[in-house]
Amino acid sequence: MSTDYDILILGAGPAGLTAGIYAARARRSVLILDSGTIGGQTVLTDKVANYPGVAETSGRELSQTMAQQARAYGCEVKAFARIAEVDLTGEAKAVTLKNGTRFTAKAVIVATGGVPRKLGVDGEAGFVGRGISYCATCDGDFFTDRPIAVIGGGNSALEEAVSLSRYASQITVIHEFDHFQAEPWIVVEAEANEKICFLMNQRVLDFSGESGLTGVRSADKEDEVITETPVDGCFVFVGYVPNSEAFEGQVELTGSGEIVTDDALRTSLSGVFAAGDVRHKRVRQITTAVSDGTVAALSALEYLSEAAS
Amino acid sequence: MLQTGLEHIESEQAFQDTLDSNENVMICCGRMGPMCLPVYDVMEALTPDYPQVAFRDMAFDEPVGRVIRTLPETKSFAGLPFTVYFKNGKVVSATSSIQTMDQVTAILDEHFGAQG
Repeated sequence: MSTDYDILILGAGPAGLTAGIYAARARRSVLILDSGTIGGQTVLTDKVANYPGVAETSGRELSQTMAQQARAYGCEVKAFARIAEVDLTGEAKAVTLKNGTRFTAKAVIVATGGVPRKLGVDGEAGFVGRGISYCATCDGDFFTDRPIAVIGGGNSALEEAVSLSRYASQITVIHEFDHFQAEPWIVVEAEANEKICFLMNQRVLDFSGESGLTGVRSADKEDEVITETPVDGCFVFVGYVPNSEAFEGQVELTGSGEIVTDDALRTSLSGVFAAGDVRHKRVRQITTAVSDGTVAALSALEYLSEAAS
Repeated sequence: MLQTGLEHIESEQAFQDTLDSNENVMICCGRMGPMCLPVYDVMEALTPDYPQVAFRDMAFDEPVGRVIRTLPETKSFAGLPFTVYFKNGKVVSATSSIQTMDQVTAILDEHFGAQG
């Protein structure tokens, strides 16, 4: 197995796989490394219905097809890579695995995505899988005829609240602002649902229970009045945090850890590009990740051509 | 039946036989859902590294799933998949919901010995 490539892509979600397809089609040697499974966050999406050209599919299936496409053009894809160190600062970019294998490349595309944001409050970690969940499709039926809470106010939170109303006896949506970030159509749908009630402008304080979750406490952000909501389950949808820790001090990041890029998806470091949810941008969809992967790959190819001339 | 590359346990007899004939067993009991698929992938990836462990899956909604769903160790679980680790037929660890490779290997290393 070669360890030196033209382009090294970190992350095998839609952005990374798309970049791999474009770069490998251009007959460059390409390696995609991912510390998890192929597909990134997309795998956690049960149903994808807004990816143009595909009527309906699962995130898993879409990712697997993208990986097959990339491999068909000669791109190597390695999942569950145990990455120990990333050094992007030199002319030859290097990634070292825990087993000592060192991969180098002239250009790197960072497409490491993000992970669901945790609230970071007392009780949260201990009740994951025992009442706290991040997947309504997976765990909704554990709470049939039982009261639950949904935390968040974006599209995911309200869509899942509506979806969970098939199971739960009552749903309290707890949100940190006095308005929703979700699109109006889903706000209307959630507000019209008789099982759903709302606690707005709240700061979640903690989760309580013994072997399983029994309640969530929150405080009004204005008057600090504390509300205890008795629930058996709580679904948390409060956005994502970028997987950018390994790049701190190497490329410019925003205050929230997103990689800063220009229109060509170049980072602050020559030869390093960023694509998908790990970079600073407004809209995070599979389609925009695919778009990012395309732009980043074309920019990396241009960089390699210029470097060779 | 689950569509994975793992060996499936499809009956209570097969479950008992697996525990009887293997010192170390990891069983992931789930569906073909978003939180379960990554755990199956982790198990498949780790299979060559842990020859001393029998990696199996089990369909949560099939009758055989009862053997995992009714364990005292999974009584409070409310997140798929239910993953249970057995040593000499006894439960030594159990987790609910998605797990990363690092989380799985930490349990394997602690109870079944480090990877070969």
